[in-house]
Amino acid sequence: MPENDSVAQLGLDEYKYGFKDPENYLFKSRKGLDEEIVRHISAQKNEPEWMLQRRLKALKHAQKRPWPTWGGDLSGLDFDNIYFYIRPSERVGRTWDEVPEDIKNTFERLGIPEQERKFLAGAGAQYESEVVYHSLKEEWEKQGVIFKGMDDGLRDHEDIVREYFGTVVPHQDNLFAAVNTAVWSGGSFVYIPKGVKLDMPLQAYFRINAEAMGQFERTLIIVEEGAEMQYIEGCTAPSYSQDSFHSGVIEIIVKEGGRMRYTTIQNWSHNVYNLVTQRAKVGRNATMEWVDGNLGSKLTMKYPSCYLMGEGARGEILSIAYAGPGQHQDAGGKVVHMAPHTSSRIVSKSISKGSGRSSYRGLLKVEKGAHHVKSNVECDALLLDEEARTDTYPYIEIEEEHASIGHEATVSKIGDEQLFYLMSRGLSEDEAATMVVRGFIEPLVKELPMEYAVEMNKLIQLQMEGSVG
Amino acid sequence: MAEPLLKITNLHAEIAEDGTEILRGLDLELNEGEIHAIMGPNGSGKSTLSKVISGHPAYEVTDGEILFRGESVLDMQPDERARAGIFLAFQYPVEIPGVSVANFMRTAINAKRGEEVDIFDFQEELESRMEMLEMDPAFALRSVNEGFSGGEKKRNEILQLAMLQPELAVMDETDSGLDIDALRIVTAGINRIKEQKKDMAVLLITHYQRMLNYITPDKVHVMVEGRIIRTGGPELALELEERGYDWIREEMAGVA
Repeated sequence: MPENDSVAQLGLDEYKYGFKDPENYLFKSRKGLDEEIVRHISAQKNEPEWMLQRRLKALKHAQKRPWPTWGGDLSGLDFDNIYFYIRPSERVGRTWDEVPEDIKNTFERLGIPEQERKFLAGAGAQYESEVVYHSLKEEWEKQGVIFKGMDDGLRDHEDIVREYFGTVVPHQDNLFAAVNTAVWSGGSFVYIPKGVKLDMPLQAYFRINAEAMGQFERTLIIVEEGAEMQYIEGCTAPSYSQDSFHSGVIEIIVKEGGRMRYTTIQNWSHNVYNLVTQRAKVGRNATMEWVDGNLGSKLTMKYPSCYLMGEGARGEILSIAYAGPGQHQDAGGKVVHMAPHTSSRIVSKSISKGSGRSSYRGLLKVEKGAHHVKSNVECDALLLDEEARTDTYPYIEIEEEHASIGHEATVSKIGDEQLFYLMSRGLSEDEAATMVVRGFIEPLVKELPMEYAVEMNKLIQLQMEGSVG
Repeated sequence: MAEPLLKITNLHAEIAEDGTEILRGLDLELNEGEIHAIMGPNGSGKSTLSKVISGHPAYEVTDGEILFRGESVLDMQPDERARAGIFLAFQYPVEIPGVSVANFMRTAINAKRGEEVDIFDFQEELESRMEMLEMDPAFALRSVNEGFSGGEKKRNEILQLAMLQPELAVMDETDSGLDIDALRIVTAGINRIKEQKKDMAVLLITHYQRMLNYITPDKVHVMVEGRIIRTGGPELALELEERGYDWIREEMAGVA
């Protein structure tokens, strides 16, 4: 059997991003969430008063908001045991040399600077609570593209931030959106001017290093009329015995004729609660695409959403989830059709193994007056063994008669006959199972940028080692 | 006389799940380069034999031995048997959605050869083999067996045979579901492969004689109720075609 290069490169660790750095932080809050911490975060950032008031209002809401009783098991998540703010460095580097050595090395190991050189229009990196690096290639800056850390975005473009912040995901939306609004730190601010088409993606990379850390990035992306861009985020963390908490809010506005694709490759270590709200408002004849890969974390609850507000708007959500032993991926998507002739597609593929559980949870809503809507939902689950579990929760609310809605769900188990067929051609059992799984997710992986498709295939291969038999 | 390539003695095998015995003391010897046909009525255990030779986990060997080049394969996994040189052309090839024929073939060849095949050499070889089987080049990009017609599935099996160049090819009802044109192409393909690799042994498992009009076997075995009950030359196949299987059963009953 040929030595597998990718596996050899990655070593035999179950989770290859589990290394950690020493903590040399400028500031680390005490554990817990309260007004003092919120005020402290705001003061550290020298924010305008209106933002502090927003934070405090959101905090009040969070404190009285009941915890969700649906989705995954959140009983292990205790706010009193989480550090809500850690400031790792003085400022945001514009070049990697300006980033503190330890942190720079971490991102080197994750391959970020290399990717940036090779195929990105710009890159940002967040470490704990703060963005430590942000850079945009000059050619795009000249065309008026803004790509900054959210804190810098607020400082330098306060008007724009004030106009849009919280308009897509208000703090009352859900408990975790409220928590994020209260303690947000980091994330990206992106503005693509009218008609500008980025032909290379922007990327943000999120790293949690400390134990029991809470990371609450806030991203706001505005794609002006006729503009196009692609944004990619990746996430990893070391493995600790105490759980960490990641709860980002991503707000996107795509204006008339604009086009946006947001890709997430989430590979948190298996002690991270990943509770993220991602939502886009999509204007007339504009297109929003979410590509969502959930491989890591202990529990993920994440349903990227498209609000199709202008006539002819289109939304797509492509979701891949992998739930290994002990993991629960509660993922899916939401599309709300609010205007006529809007169309959408949700494709979800999940793989569960051992005690892993993946749930598809989706909402498809067609509002009154949104006639001639077309939508198709397809969710396929693959189970790798007898123990693995999958559930489907498709919610469909149609208030308009002229709508064409398709929904299809399949569950399959990796078949003995498939394995035997492949093994009878000389593939080992692991290779055979990996091939079946790769084939299963292929329709989604081919939508990823090449570098990420390769990475995704490697990750799947790694997860599949010794998974059958 | 050199050792047979495949030597099966007193083979007993049952369905692992419920213990139903299918093979009941089967003996068979096949030398390098020979073509043997196994014929028999439905339910005689022909397909089970092919799967047991390849190591299908649904069957358990309870007695007897299968020697391939003098070594027992009974403790070998299906992939080890494949890498040792045993190939099974499936009666019902399995769909692998999302995996292209080309990708699948390349992975299999790498596994067989134990090294990465040069991509250009591979591509060239694949194309020429496909041409031999009168297959459209676009076929290589389709998902393995997904949405294939019966004939396409069988051609795909022969393509794999051609690419993998095994020492022993077990063809499980390769003729079933083929129209006369497809049968001609498939059998011509097998004959071509055999010409190129003369030492390859072929075990043709078939219900009907018609395949043997195109491929001439050295020996024909008749299998009934999990055993080989008669062995002869090609003429035996013709006799079966003419008279059916009942007379053999009756003869057997007379002997028993």
